[in-house]
Amino acid sequence: MKTGTLKQVLLITDGCSNQGEDPIAMAALAKEQGVTVNVIGVMEQDVIDDQGLKEIESIAMAGGGVSQVVYTQQLSQTVQMVTRKAMTQTLQGVVNKELQQILGRAKTVEDLPPEQRGEIMEVVDELGETVELEVLILVDTSASMKHKLPTVKEALLDLSLSLNARSGENSFSVLVFPGKRGEADKLLDWTPKLESLTSVFPKLTTGGITPTGPALREAAASFRQKRSLRSLLSSDDEQSFEESV
Amino acid sequence: MMMNNPSKNQCNVKPGTVIHGKWHRNSYAVIKELGFGANGTVYLARATDGQVALKMSENPMSITSEVNVLKSFAKVQGSALGPSLLDVDDWEYPDGKISFYVMEFIKGPDLLSFLQKKGSDWLGVLMLQLLKDLQVLHSNGWVFGDLKPENLIVTGPPARIRCIDTGGTTVSGRAIKEFTEFFDRGYWGMGSRKADEQYDLFAVAMIIINAAYLKRFNRAEGGRAQLIKAVQASPLLKKYEKVIDRALTGRYISASDMRADLLAVLQPSKLAAPAPKKTVQQAPPPTRTSRSRQASVQKKKKGGMAETAVILAVISLIYFFYLYSQLV
Ligand SMILES: Nc1ncnc2c1ncn2[C@@H]1O[C@H](COP(=O)(O)OP(=O)(O)O)[C@@H](O)[C@H]1O
Ligand SMILES: [Mg+2]
Repeated sequence: MKTGTLKQVLLITDGCSNQGEDPIAMAALAKEQGVTVNVIGVMEQDVIDDQGLKEIESIAMAGGGVSQVVYTQQLSQTVQMVTRKAMTQTLQGVVNKELQQILGRAKTVEDLPPEQRGEIMEVVDELGETVELEVLILVDTSASMKHKLPTVKEALLDLSLSLNARSGENSFSVLVFPGKRGEADKLLDWTPKLESLTSVFPKLTTGGITPTGPALREAAASFRQKRSLRSLLSSDDEQSFEESV
Repeated sequence: MMMNNPSKNQCNVKPGTVIHGKWHRNSYAVIKELGFGANGTVYLARATDGQVALKMSENPMSITSEVNVLKSFAKVQGSALGPSLLDVDDWEYPDGKISFYVMEFIKGPDLLSFLQKKGSDWLGVLMLQLLKDLQVLHSNGWVFGDLKPENLIVTGPPARIRCIDTGGTTVSGRAIKEFTEFFDRGYWGMGSRKADEQYDLFAVAMIIINAAYLKRFNRAEGGRAQLIKAVQASPLLKKYEKVIDRALTGRYISASDMRADLLAVLQPSKLAAPAPKKTVQQAPPPTRTSRSRQASVQKKKKGGMAETAVILAVISLIYFFYLYSQLV
């Protein structure tokens, strides 16, 4: 089975958006373009507000991804776990689509007897190890995130450690929002080395607004830009995931 | 979509509930919950022929993934790698469906509880047992991954350490599937998260450290410096310092290499275990006999036919005594 590149957005935020487009709609828009949106909600101990929680869940659902709410201290372990889960889930979706083509009906892995699921899981595992992965990390740097930023930085370095252990290629890009000028600033352009983020990661937060919707729109566009730039440079028949999904 | 809150990642099945398998039509009566973690909840249950452990998860693929590992362990004849797998199925209840698998119930306390009750003399012995199992696991192309005291149960008597939770078990050479920070080489900045033997051996060293520092400490400056400082500050860990250091820095080429070193610490005299005894410990269940015999015969090839025959006879004899002692 040939798969293209796995495109994932990892949104790290602590709560409610308050400016611009509806982030849930923007997540759905990203999904339409073959980009999965995953959300990690970073909370202070025992201040989980229901509205923020609901938004986090809804964005991930609309974006076809995974969400997880954590306390700041558990961030590192969570970021790598969510990314891993998200990859598996997306790949599983791809495999399900293939299955439906083969079986000609609305069958998913779960409709198969347990014995046959095993072989499919092996394929998913294998793909997870080897597939080319593009992760766009979208970090909320609104005022309330201030204390959490050092932990976010560590969690991202930890993520690179996990993903670099795979044999497949990775590229990372980091956007922060709100941006100094626009809705989101590009902190790190597409690179295989997420570690290079260390020198540029912000220590200060930027303003009180939280334009999560517009930031998600920028994030999805960032994949497209990268792709078109690539196709200008090379003529190889790179197949992206949206075609196979 | 998956959603997890810190509070909500476990299933909740009441004691007395009977779980019916959709595909294989077996039934299990839940006795009580044994524990839960990131990948599901484990129950003690009654099957037609005795007690079993039943693991359930909201995520059917994590069940499938663990089952795959247990199945491949089963092919390693007679090994004690992980609990043996008994059944895999789905349970359809009035408002939903959930996947589960059924495995051997491994009865006993987890490693740290055992050590607290029985004393730290057991630490070395149990680590020797663990390293022996790891050697087998590694030579079959696996790395355990999420090695930690909670995933180690001491059964017996006679005391025997067993690994549970194959959620982190990874094909050698791939990225580690699941880990816990304190036991993770990457977290301490002491290497990659690629699955290799040394990854597990690092975790073994951290388990020994955890036995002395029940309250796990966080990374400060990280690296060898911080960990060795902790080792040197603990009277319990003094004698293990060299072994821990070498395991932390990836200097053992294999689990048996580390095991030999550890044995030398625990038993400094020249009287290290004689060969036949070793073989017996290595080969508990009956299916394994022919294989382990072969193995020991190969090792002794230089010794000539007569010697081989004698050794074989001795092994068989001890083995039968072993079997007999297991029966009573
Ligand atoms: N085969 C077993 N026999 C006895 N207890 C078990 C068995 N499997 C799991 N347990 C208990 O259930 C707990 C959680 O199981 P585990 O498989 O480690 O779940 P997770 O993958 O979610 O961490 C374990 O810590 C242990 O106490
Ligand atoms: Mg566990």
